[in-house]
Amino acid sequence: MPAPRRAAIAERTLRTDRWWVQPLVTVVVLVLFIAYSTFRAFQNAYYYAEPYISPFYSPCITTRCEGDSFPEFFTGPVWISPAIYILVLPLGIRLTCYYYRKAYYRSFWLSPPACAVAEPHRRYTGETRFPLIGQNVHRYFLYAALLFNLILFYEAFRGFRDETGEWGHMGLGTLILLVNAVMLFLYSVSCHSCRHIVGGRLNNFSRHPLRYRAWGLVSKLNARHMQYAWVSLLTVALADFYVFLLATGTITDLRFF
Amino acid sequence: MTYDATFRVWRGDAAGGDLQTFTVAVNEGEVVLDVIHRLQATQAGDLAVRWNCKAGKCGSCSAEVNGRPRLMCMTRMSTFAETETVTVTPLRTFPVIRDLVTDVSYNYEKAAQIPAFAPRPREADGSHRMQQVDVERSQEFRKCIECWLCQDTCHVIRDHEENKRSFAGPRFLIRLAELDMHPLDERDRRDAAQDEFGLGYCNITKCCSEVCPEGIHLTDNGIIPLKERVVDRRFDPLTWLGSKIGRRPSR
Repeated sequence: MPAPRRAAIAERTLRTDRWWVQPLVTVVVLVLFIAYSTFRAFQNAYYYAEPYISPFYSPCITTRCEGDSFPEFFTGPVWISPAIYILVLPLGIRLTCYYYRKAYYRSFWLSPPACAVAEPHRRYTGETRFPLIGQNVHRYFLYAALLFNLILFYEAFRGFRDETGEWGHMGLGTLILLVNAVMLFLYSVSCHSCRHIVGGRLNNFSRHPLRYRAWGLVSKLNARHMQYAWVSLLTVALADFYVFLLATGTITDLRFF
Repeated sequence: MTYDATFRVWRGDAAGGDLQTFTVAVNEGEVVLDVIHRLQATQAGDLAVRWNCKAGKCGSCSAEVNGRPRLMCMTRMSTFAETETVTVTPLRTFPVIRDLVTDVSYNYEKAAQIPAFAPRPREADGSHRMQQVDVERSQEFRKCIECWLCQDTCHVIRDHEENKRSFAGPRFLIRLAELDMHPLDERDRRDAAQDEFGLGYCNITKCCSEVCPEGIHLTDNGIIPLKERVVDRRFDPLTWLGSKIGRRPSR
Protein backbone atom coordinates (compact mmCIF):
# COMPACT_ATOMS: atom_id res chain seq x y z
CA MET A 1 0.00 0.00 0.00
CA PRO A 2 1.35 3.45 -0.87
CA ALA A 3 2.02 5.78 2.06
CA PRO A 4 -0.70 8.37 2.80
CA ARG A 5 -0.98 11.20 0.23
CA ARG A 6 1.15 9.36 -2.32
CA ALA A 7 -0.27 8.42 -5.71
CA ALA A 8 -2.46 5.36 -5.25
CA ILE A 9 -0.63 2.82 -7.39
CA ALA A 10 -1.04 -0.74 -6.20
CA GLU A 11 1.53 -2.41 -8.44
CA ARG A 12 4.87 -3.23 -6.81
CA THR A 13 6.55 -1.91 -9.92
CA LEU A 14 5.49 -0.72 -13.34
CA ARG A 15 8.80 -1.61 -14.92
CA THR A 16 8.35 -3.51 -18.16
CA ASP A 17 11.94 -4.62 -18.68
CA ARG A 18 13.40 -7.88 -17.32
CA TRP A 19 14.66 -6.30 -14.10
CA TRP A 20 14.78 -9.68 -12.37
CA VAL A 21 17.48 -11.11 -14.65
CA GLN A 22 20.42 -9.38 -12.99
CA PRO A 23 19.60 -10.41 -9.40
CA LEU A 24 18.82 -13.92 -10.58
CA VAL A 25 22.18 -14.27 -12.34
CA THR A 26 23.92 -12.93 -9.23
CA VAL A 27 22.18 -15.47 -7.00
CA VAL A 28 22.97 -18.38 -9.33
CA VAL A 29 26.67 -17.51 -9.70
CA LEU A 30 27.22 -16.75 -6.01
CA VAL A 31 25.37 -19.87 -4.84
CA LEU A 32 27.41 -22.02 -7.24
CA PHE A 33 30.62 -20.44 -5.99
CA ILE A 34 29.67 -20.79 -2.32
CA ALA A 35 28.69 -24.45 -2.82
CA TYR A 36 31.90 -25.25 -4.69
CA SER A 37 34.23 -23.37 -2.33
CA THR A 38 32.56 -24.81 0.79
CA PHE A 39 32.91 -28.33 -0.56
CA ARG A 40 36.55 -27.76 -1.44
CA ALA A 41 37.37 -26.04 1.83
CA PHE A 42 36.00 -28.95 3.86
CA GLN A 43 37.30 -31.64 1.55
CA ASN A 44 40.79 -31.36 3.07
CA ALA A 45 42.36 -33.21 0.12
CA TYR A 46 43.57 -32.73 -3.45
CA TYR A 47 44.72 -29.15 -2.86
CA TYR A 48 48.40 -29.65 -3.59
CA ALA A 49 50.06 -30.93 -6.76
CA GLU A 50 53.76 -30.17 -6.84
CA PRO A 51 54.60 -27.33 -7.35
CA TYR A 52 51.10 -25.83 -7.18
CA ILE A 53 48.84 -25.18 -4.22
CA SER A 54 45.18 -24.27 -4.44
CA PRO A 55 44.46 -20.63 -3.54
CA PHE A 56 41.74 -21.89 -1.16
CA TYR A 57 44.50 -23.42 0.97
CA SER A 58 47.09 -20.70 0.61
CA PRO A 59 48.74 -19.82 2.94
CA CYS A 60 48.67 -23.34 4.37
CA ILE A 61 49.74 -22.73 7.94
CA THR A 62 49.45 -26.04 9.78
CA THR A 63 51.83 -28.97 9.97
CA ARG A 64 49.14 -31.12 8.41
CA CYS A 65 49.45 -29.31 5.09
CA GLU A 66 50.54 -31.18 2.04
CA GLY A 67 53.71 -29.89 0.44
CA ASP A 68 56.08 -27.33 1.95
CA SER A 69 54.58 -24.17 0.58
CA PHE A 70 54.43 -21.93 3.62
CA PRO A 71 55.77 -21.73 7.19
CA GLU A 72 53.72 -24.10 9.33
CA PHE A 73 52.73 -22.37 12.53
CA PHE A 74 50.84 -25.04 14.46
CA THR A 75 49.28 -28.51 14.32
CA GLY A 76 45.52 -28.42 14.23
CA PRO A 77 43.10 -31.31 14.70
CA VAL A 78 43.23 -33.73 11.80
CA TRP A 79 39.55 -33.25 11.00
CA ILE A 80 39.89 -29.49 10.50
CA SER A 81 40.84 -28.57 6.98
CA PRO A 82 43.74 -26.07 6.78
CA ALA A 83 41.53 -23.92 4.56
CA ILE A 84 39.16 -23.23 7.44
CA TYR A 85 41.79 -21.22 9.33
CA ILE A 86 42.32 -18.73 6.56
CA LEU A 87 39.17 -18.48 4.48
CA VAL A 88 37.49 -16.11 6.92
CA LEU A 89 39.72 -13.30 5.63
CA PRO A 90 38.96 -13.58 1.88
CA LEU A 91 35.34 -14.20 2.85
CA GLY A 92 35.42 -11.07 4.99
CA ILE A 93 36.64 -8.76 2.26
CA ARG A 94 34.00 -10.05 -0.16
CA LEU A 95 31.20 -9.84 2.40
CA THR A 96 32.02 -6.27 3.39
CA CYS A 97 33.02 -5.11 -0.12
CA TYR A 98 31.05 -2.11 -1.32
CA TYR A 99 30.32 -3.82 -4.65
CA TYR A 100 29.27 -7.18 -3.22
CA ARG A 101 27.07 -5.40 -0.71
CA LYS A 102 25.13 -3.96 -3.61
CA ALA A 103 25.01 -7.36 -5.26
CA TYR A 104 23.76 -9.37 -2.31
CA TYR A 105 21.51 -6.72 -0.80
CA ARG A 106 19.73 -6.64 -4.12
CA SER A 107 19.82 -10.31 -5.02
CA PHE A 108 19.50 -12.16 -1.73
CA TRP A 109 17.88 -9.66 0.60
CA LEU A 110 15.78 -7.97 -2.13
CA SER A 111 16.46 -4.61 -0.57
CA PRO A 112 15.60 -3.56 -3.22
CA PRO A 113 15.63 -6.33 -5.87
CA ALA A 114 16.03 -3.66 -8.56
CA CYS A 115 15.65 0.09 -8.83
CA ALA A 116 12.06 1.26 -8.44
CA VAL A 117 10.90 -2.23 -7.51
CA ALA A 118 9.41 -2.34 -4.03
CA GLU A 119 11.22 -4.39 -1.43
CA PRO A 120 9.22 -6.90 0.61
CA HIS A 121 10.40 -5.81 4.07
CA ARG A 122 8.20 -3.86 6.46
CA ARG A 123 11.04 -2.13 8.25
CA TYR A 124 14.46 -1.03 7.10
CA THR A 125 17.36 0.23 9.19
CA GLY A 126 20.17 -0.32 6.68
CA GLU A 127 23.65 -0.37 8.11
CA THR A 128 22.83 1.62 11.22
CA ARG A 129 22.71 -1.30 13.67
CA PHE A 130 24.36 -4.56 14.60
CA PRO A 131 25.21 -6.69 12.69
CA LEU A 132 25.30 -4.64 9.48
CA ILE A 133 27.08 -1.72 11.13
CA GLY A 134 30.02 -4.14 11.10
CA GLN A 135 30.35 -3.51 7.35
CA ASN A 136 32.46 -0.54 8.41
CA VAL A 137 35.43 -2.79 9.18
CA HIS A 138 35.98 -3.34 5.46
CA ARG A 139 39.38 -1.64 5.46
CA TYR A 140 40.77 -4.17 7.96
CA PHE A 141 39.80 -7.02 5.66
CA LEU A 142 41.51 -5.05 2.87
CA TYR A 143 44.76 -5.00 4.84
CA ALA A 144 44.50 -8.77 5.31
CA ALA A 145 43.66 -9.25 1.63
CA LEU A 146 46.76 -7.32 0.56
CA LEU A 147 48.85 -9.67 2.70
CA PHE A 148 47.14 -12.63 1.04
CA ASN A 149 47.88 -11.07 -2.36
CA LEU A 150 51.58 -11.10 -1.56
CA ILE A 151 51.39 -14.73 -0.51
CA LEU A 152 49.54 -15.70 -3.68
CA PHE A 153 52.23 -14.00 -5.80
CA TYR A 154 54.82 -15.93 -3.78
CA GLU A 155 52.98 -19.19 -4.47
CA ALA A 156 52.61 -18.34 -8.16
CA PHE A 157 56.33 -17.55 -8.28
CA ARG A 158 57.04 -20.98 -6.78
CA GLY A 159 55.16 -22.38 -9.74
CA PHE A 160 58.23 -21.66 -11.86
CA ARG A 161 59.53 -25.06 -10.75
CA ASP A 162 58.89 -28.54 -12.00
CA GLU A 163 57.54 -31.55 -10.08
CA THR A 164 60.98 -32.23 -8.61
CA GLY A 165 61.37 -28.71 -7.27
CA GLU A 166 63.90 -27.56 -9.84
CA TRP A 167 63.60 -23.89 -10.81
CA GLY A 168 63.40 -22.43 -14.31
CA HIS A 169 60.27 -24.22 -15.50
CA MET A 170 56.75 -23.14 -16.27
CA GLY A 171 53.48 -24.86 -16.89
CA LEU A 172 49.84 -24.00 -17.49
CA GLY A 173 49.38 -24.15 -13.72
CA THR A 174 51.98 -21.39 -13.25
CA LEU A 175 50.08 -19.20 -15.67
CA ILE A 176 46.75 -19.90 -13.99
CA LEU A 177 48.11 -19.13 -10.51
CA LEU A 178 49.77 -15.98 -11.82
CA VAL A 179 46.63 -14.69 -13.53
CA ASN A 180 44.66 -15.48 -10.38
CA ALA A 181 47.16 -13.57 -8.22
CA VAL A 182 47.01 -10.58 -10.57
CA MET A 183 43.21 -10.53 -10.66
CA LEU A 184 42.91 -10.82 -6.88
CA PHE A 185 45.46 -8.04 -6.49
CA LEU A 186 43.51 -5.81 -8.88
CA TYR A 187 40.34 -6.59 -6.95
CA SER A 188 42.05 -5.51 -3.70
CA VAL A 189 43.65 -2.30 -4.94
CA SER A 190 40.55 -1.20 -6.85
CA CYS A 191 38.57 -1.33 -3.60
CA HIS A 192 36.77 1.80 -2.39
CA SER A 193 38.53 1.65 0.98
CA CYS A 194 41.90 1.48 -0.76
CA ARG A 195 40.90 4.55 -2.81
CA HIS A 196 40.09 6.38 0.39
CA ILE A 197 43.25 5.32 2.20
CA VAL A 198 45.69 6.21 -0.59
CA GLY A 199 44.33 9.73 -0.98
CA GLY A 200 40.56 10.03 -0.86
CA ARG A 201 40.59 11.20 2.74
CA LEU A 202 42.59 14.31 1.82
CA ASN A 203 40.95 17.64 1.04
CA ASN A 204 44.05 19.30 -0.33
CA PHE A 205 45.48 17.11 -3.08
CA SER A 206 47.79 19.91 -4.16
CA ARG A 207 49.77 19.50 -0.94
CA HIS A 208 50.19 15.75 -1.51
CA PRO A 209 51.07 15.28 -5.21
CA LEU A 210 52.22 11.66 -4.88
CA ARG A 211 49.11 10.61 -3.01
CA TYR A 212 47.02 12.50 -5.57
CA ARG A 213 48.62 10.48 -8.36
CA ALA A 214 48.06 7.27 -6.43
CA TRP A 215 44.44 8.26 -5.82
CA GLY A 216 43.99 8.95 -9.52
CA LEU A 217 45.39 5.54 -10.41
CA VAL A 218 43.26 3.71 -7.87
CA SER A 219 40.23 5.72 -9.02
CA LYS A 220 40.73 4.40 -12.56
CA LEU A 221 40.89 0.85 -11.22
CA ASN A 222 37.97 1.54 -8.91
CA ALA A 223 35.73 2.26 -11.91
CA ARG A 224 36.20 -1.43 -12.83
CA HIS A 225 35.88 -2.80 -9.30
CA MET A 226 32.76 -4.79 -10.19
CA GLN A 227 34.48 -6.48 -13.12
CA TYR A 228 37.51 -7.34 -10.98
CA ALA A 229 35.18 -8.70 -8.29
CA TRP A 230 33.57 -11.17 -10.68
CA VAL A 231 36.65 -12.08 -12.70
CA SER A 232 38.73 -12.74 -9.57
CA LEU A 233 35.92 -14.88 -8.16
CA LEU A 234 36.04 -17.01 -11.29
CA THR A 235 39.84 -17.17 -11.49
CA VAL A 236 40.17 -18.30 -7.88
CA ALA A 237 37.66 -21.11 -8.47
CA LEU A 238 39.34 -22.01 -11.75
CA ALA A 239 42.80 -22.09 -10.15
CA ASP A 240 41.52 -24.36 -7.39
CA PHE A 241 39.79 -26.63 -9.90
CA TYR A 242 42.95 -26.93 -11.98
CA VAL A 243 44.97 -27.98 -8.92
CA PHE A 244 42.18 -30.41 -8.00
CA LEU A 245 42.36 -32.02 -11.45
CA LEU A 246 46.15 -32.31 -11.16
CA ALA A 247 46.03 -33.66 -7.61
CA THR A 248 43.44 -36.30 -8.46
CA GLY A 249 45.47 -37.36 -11.48
CA THR A 250 42.64 -36.51 -13.84
CA ILE A 251 44.98 -34.48 -16.02
CA THR A 252 48.70 -33.78 -16.15
CA ASP A 253 50.12 -30.29 -16.15
CA LEU A 254 50.83 -28.82 -19.57
CA ARG A 255 54.50 -27.86 -19.30
CA PHE A 256 55.74 -24.93 -21.40
CA PHE A 257 59.43 -25.34 -20.56
CA MET B 1 6.77 9.64 -39.51
CA THR B 2 3.74 9.73 -37.25
CA TYR B 3 2.08 6.89 -35.43
CA ASP B 4 -0.55 6.48 -32.74
CA ALA B 5 0.83 5.42 -29.38
CA THR B 6 -1.01 4.04 -26.38
CA PHE B 7 -0.31 6.02 -23.22
CA ARG B 8 -1.43 5.16 -19.70
CA VAL B 9 -1.22 8.25 -17.51
CA TRP B 10 -1.94 8.33 -13.78
CA ARG B 11 -4.62 10.87 -13.02
CA GLY B 12 -5.87 11.81 -9.61
CA ASP B 13 -4.85 13.43 -6.38
CA ALA B 14 -4.12 12.54 -2.77
CA ALA B 15 -7.66 11.27 -2.34
CA GLY B 16 -7.24 8.67 -5.11
CA GLY B 17 -6.72 8.15 -8.78
CA ASP B 18 -5.96 5.60 -11.46
CA LEU B 19 -4.22 4.98 -14.75
CA GLN B 20 -6.18 6.29 -17.70
CA THR B 21 -5.53 5.11 -21.23
CA PHE B 22 -5.16 7.46 -24.20
CA THR B 23 -4.32 7.01 -27.85
CA VAL B 24 -2.18 9.89 -28.97
CA ALA B 25 -0.14 10.85 -32.04
CA VAL B 26 3.65 10.69 -31.86
CA ASN B 27 5.96 12.39 -34.36
CA GLU B 28 9.49 11.47 -35.22
CA GLY B 29 12.07 12.92 -32.82
CA GLU B 30 9.65 13.56 -29.98
CA VAL B 31 10.15 12.89 -26.30
CA VAL B 32 7.62 11.74 -23.71
CA LEU B 33 7.03 15.32 -22.55
CA ASP B 34 5.98 16.30 -26.11
CA VAL B 35 3.36 13.58 -26.06
CA ILE B 36 2.13 14.58 -22.60
CA HIS B 37 1.77 18.15 -23.90
CA ARG B 38 -0.17 16.88 -26.91
CA LEU B 39 -2.47 14.99 -24.56
CA GLN B 40 -2.94 18.16 -22.57
CA ALA B 41 -3.69 20.16 -25.72
CA THR B 42 -6.07 17.70 -27.35
CA GLN B 43 -7.65 15.28 -24.88
CA ALA B 44 -6.98 16.18 -21.25
CA GLY B 45 -6.90 19.94 -20.90
CA ASP B 46 -6.72 19.79 -17.12
CA LEU B 47 -3.81 17.32 -16.96
CA ALA B 48 -1.34 18.65 -14.39
CA VAL B 49 2.33 18.36 -15.32
CA ARG B 50 5.33 20.32 -14.08
CA TRP B 51 7.89 21.33 -16.69
CA ASN B 52 10.11 24.18 -17.67
CA CYS B 53 13.26 24.01 -19.81
CA LYS B 54 12.61 20.92 -21.95
CA ALA B 55 16.38 20.51 -22.14
CA GLY B 56 17.22 18.29 -19.19
CA LYS B 57 18.58 21.15 -17.13
CA CYS B 58 15.81 22.40 -14.87
CA GLY B 59 14.82 19.07 -13.32
CA SER B 60 11.13 19.92 -13.33
CA CYS B 61 9.55 17.19 -15.47
CA SER B 62 10.60 14.24 -13.30
CA ALA B 63 8.16 11.35 -13.47
CA GLU B 64 8.19 7.59 -13.79
CA VAL B 65 8.05 6.27 -17.32
CA ASN B 66 7.30 2.56 -17.55
CA GLY B 67 8.14 2.36 -13.87
CA ARG B 68 11.55 4.00 -14.14
CA PRO B 69 12.30 7.43 -12.68
CA ARG B 70 13.10 9.66 -15.68
CA LEU B 71 13.03 13.21 -16.93
CA MET B 72 10.16 13.20 -19.43
CA CYS B 73 11.97 15.71 -21.61
CA MET B 74 14.99 13.42 -21.92
CA THR B 75 13.09 10.22 -22.65
CA ARG B 76 12.91 9.75 -26.40
CA MET B 77 9.87 8.07 -27.85
CA SER B 78 12.20 6.22 -30.21
CA THR B 79 13.32 4.09 -27.24
CA PHE B 80 9.90 2.44 -27.20
CA ALA B 81 8.40 0.12 -29.79
CA GLU B 82 5.47 1.71 -31.63
CA THR B 83 3.19 -1.00 -30.27
CA GLU B 84 4.43 -0.59 -26.70
CA THR B 85 2.15 0.97 -24.12
CA VAL B 86 3.92 3.81 -22.34
CA THR B 87 2.93 4.26 -18.70
CA VAL B 88 3.59 7.62 -17.04
CA THR B 89 3.07 8.10 -13.31
CA PRO B 90 4.09 10.72 -10.77
CA LEU B 91 7.13 10.22 -8.52
CA ARG B 92 6.03 7.57 -6.04
CA THR B 93 8.12 8.69 -3.09
CA PHE B 94 6.46 12.07 -2.62
CA PRO B 95 2.88 13.11 -1.85
CA VAL B 96 0.90 13.68 -5.01
CA ILE B 97 -0.71 17.08 -5.59
CA ARG B 98 -2.49 16.26 -8.83
CA ASP B 99 -1.84 13.97 -11.79
CA LEU B 100 1.90 14.05 -12.51
CA VAL B 101 2.74 16.81 -10.03
CA THR B 102 4.09 15.88 -6.62
CA ASP B 103 4.92 17.83 -3.48
CA VAL B 104 8.71 17.66 -3.22
CA SER B 105 9.03 19.95 -0.20
CA TYR B 106 10.65 17.10 1.80
CA ASN B 107 13.77 17.79 -0.23
CA TYR B 108 13.81 21.49 0.54
CA GLU B 109 13.31 20.81 4.22
CA LYS B 110 16.35 18.50 4.19
CA ALA B 111 18.34 21.03 2.18
CA ALA B 112 17.72 23.68 4.82
CA GLN B 113 19.13 21.39 7.51
CA ILE B 114 22.54 20.88 5.86
CA PRO B 115 25.21 22.85 7.74
CA ALA B 116 26.24 25.71 5.46
CA PHE B 117 29.63 26.16 3.80
CA ALA B 118 32.08 27.40 6.44
CA PRO B 119 35.25 28.62 4.75
CA ARG B 120 38.49 29.33 6.58
CA PRO B 121 39.41 33.02 7.02
CA ARG B 122 40.50 34.86 3.88
CA GLU B 123 44.19 35.33 3.19
CA ALA B 124 45.97 38.63 3.87
CA ASP B 125 45.13 40.00 0.42
CA GLY B 126 41.47 39.20 0.95
CA SER B 127 41.33 36.23 -1.38
CA HIS B 128 40.52 32.55 -1.06
CA ARG B 129 43.07 30.54 -3.00
CA MET B 130 42.62 26.92 -3.94
CA GLN B 131 43.95 24.62 -6.62
CA GLN B 132 41.77 23.06 -9.30
CA VAL B 133 42.81 19.55 -8.22
CA ASP B 134 41.46 20.31 -4.77
CA VAL B 135 37.98 21.29 -5.90
CA GLU B 136 37.31 19.12 -8.93
CA ARG B 137 35.87 16.26 -6.88
CA SER B 138 33.29 18.60 -5.38
CA GLN B 139 32.52 20.09 -8.78
CA GLU B 140 31.06 16.80 -10.01
CA PHE B 141 28.31 17.16 -7.42
CA ARG B 142 27.63 20.76 -8.47
CA LYS B 143 26.18 19.38 -11.71
CA CYS B 144 23.12 18.30 -9.74
CA ILE B 145 19.95 19.83 -11.20
CA GLU B 146 17.83 18.76 -8.22
CA CYS B 147 15.36 16.77 -10.25
CA TRP B 148 14.91 14.48 -7.20
CA LEU B 149 15.03 11.31 -9.27
CA CYS B 150 17.69 9.92 -6.92
CA GLN B 151 15.52 10.73 -3.93
CA ASP B 152 12.54 9.13 -5.65
CA THR B 153 14.28 5.88 -6.48
CA CYS B 154 16.04 5.45 -3.13
CA HIS B 155 14.29 2.52 -1.47
CA VAL B 156 15.16 3.82 2.02
CA ILE B 157 12.38 6.39 1.73
CA ARG B 158 10.50 5.08 -1.32
CA ASP B 159 9.52 1.90 0.51
CA HIS B 160 9.67 3.25 4.07
CA GLU B 161 7.91 6.56 4.60
CA GLU B 162 8.92 6.50 8.27
CA ASN B 163 12.61 6.83 7.33
CA LYS B 164 12.07 10.32 5.94
CA ARG B 165 12.53 11.68 9.45
CA SER B 166 16.05 10.35 9.84
CA PHE B 167 17.35 9.99 6.28
CA ALA B 168 18.23 12.91 4.04
CA GLY B 169 18.49 10.94 0.81
CA PRO B 170 21.30 10.57 -1.73
CA ARG B 171 21.11 14.12 -3.04
CA PHE B 172 21.92 15.54 0.37
CA LEU B 173 24.48 12.92 1.25
CA ILE B 174 26.47 14.06 -1.78
CA ARG B 175 25.92 17.65 -0.69
CA LEU B 176 27.51 16.72 2.64
CA ALA B 177 30.33 14.93 0.79
CA GLU B 178 30.83 17.96 -1.46
CA LEU B 179 31.23 20.25 1.54
CA ASP B 180 33.32 17.80 3.55
CA MET B 181 35.76 17.42 0.63
CA HIS B 182 35.96 21.15 -0.02
CA PRO B 183 39.49 22.49 0.58
CA LEU B 184 38.25 25.73 2.14
CA ASP B 185 35.54 24.32 4.35
CA GLU B 186 36.48 23.94 8.00
CA ARG B 187 33.40 22.32 9.44
CA ASP B 188 33.57 18.60 10.23
CA ARG B 189 30.35 17.07 8.94
CA ARG B 190 31.10 13.42 9.59
CA ASP B 191 29.19 13.01 12.83
CA ALA B 192 26.23 14.90 11.43
CA ALA B 193 26.25 12.76 8.29
CA GLN B 194 25.92 9.63 10.38
CA ASP B 195 23.69 10.83 13.20
CA GLU B 196 21.46 13.51 11.69
CA PHE B 197 21.30 12.69 7.99
CA GLY B 198 21.19 8.90 8.15
CA LEU B 199 24.26 7.93 6.14
CA GLY B 200 24.13 4.48 7.74
CA TYR B 201 20.75 3.82 6.15
CA CYS B 202 22.31 3.77 2.69
CA ASN B 203 23.11 0.22 1.65
CA ILE B 204 24.81 1.42 -1.53
CA THR B 205 22.60 -0.39 -4.01
CA LYS B 206 23.42 2.41 -6.45
CA CYS B 207 19.95 3.14 -7.80
CA CYS B 208 20.61 6.85 -7.28
CA SER B 209 23.58 6.64 -9.65
CA GLU B 210 21.54 4.66 -12.17
CA VAL B 211 18.81 7.27 -12.49
CA CYS B 212 20.87 10.47 -12.34
CA PRO B 213 20.31 12.37 -15.61
CA GLU B 214 23.56 14.26 -15.09
CA GLY B 215 25.56 11.06 -14.79
CA ILE B 216 26.85 11.95 -11.33
CA HIS B 217 28.48 8.97 -9.63
CA LEU B 218 26.63 9.58 -6.41
CA THR B 219 27.58 6.32 -4.76
CA ASP B 220 31.17 5.75 -5.88
CA ASN B 221 32.33 9.35 -5.69
CA GLY B 222 30.10 10.77 -2.99
CA ILE B 223 28.37 8.42 -0.60
CA ILE B 224 31.05 5.73 -0.28
CA PRO B 225 33.86 8.30 0.25
CA LEU B 226 31.64 9.91 2.88
CA LYS B 227 31.10 6.53 4.53
CA GLU B 228 34.86 6.01 4.56
CA ARG B 229 35.35 9.43 6.16
CA VAL B 230 32.85 8.46 8.84
CA VAL B 231 34.76 5.20 9.36
CA ASP B 232 37.89 7.31 9.95
CA ARG B 233 36.07 9.21 12.62
CA ARG B 234 33.86 6.56 14.22
CA PHE B 235 34.87 3.01 13.45
CA ASP B 236 38.62 2.83 12.84
CA PRO B 237 40.61 2.69 16.09
CA LEU B 238 43.94 3.13 14.30
CA THR B 239 42.85 6.33 12.55
CA TRP B 240 41.33 7.59 15.78
CA LEU B 241 44.54 6.87 17.66
CA GLY B 242 46.60 8.49 14.91
CA SER B 243 44.53 11.65 15.13
CA LYS B 244 44.99 11.75 18.92
CA ILE B 245 48.76 11.51 18.82
CA GLY B 246 49.09 13.87 15.88
CA ARG B 247 50.37 11.30 13.40
CA ARG B 248 47.64 11.86 10.83
CA PRO B 249 48.24 14.60 8.27
CA SER B 250 45.71 17.38 8.09
CA ARG B 251 42.92 16.84 5.61
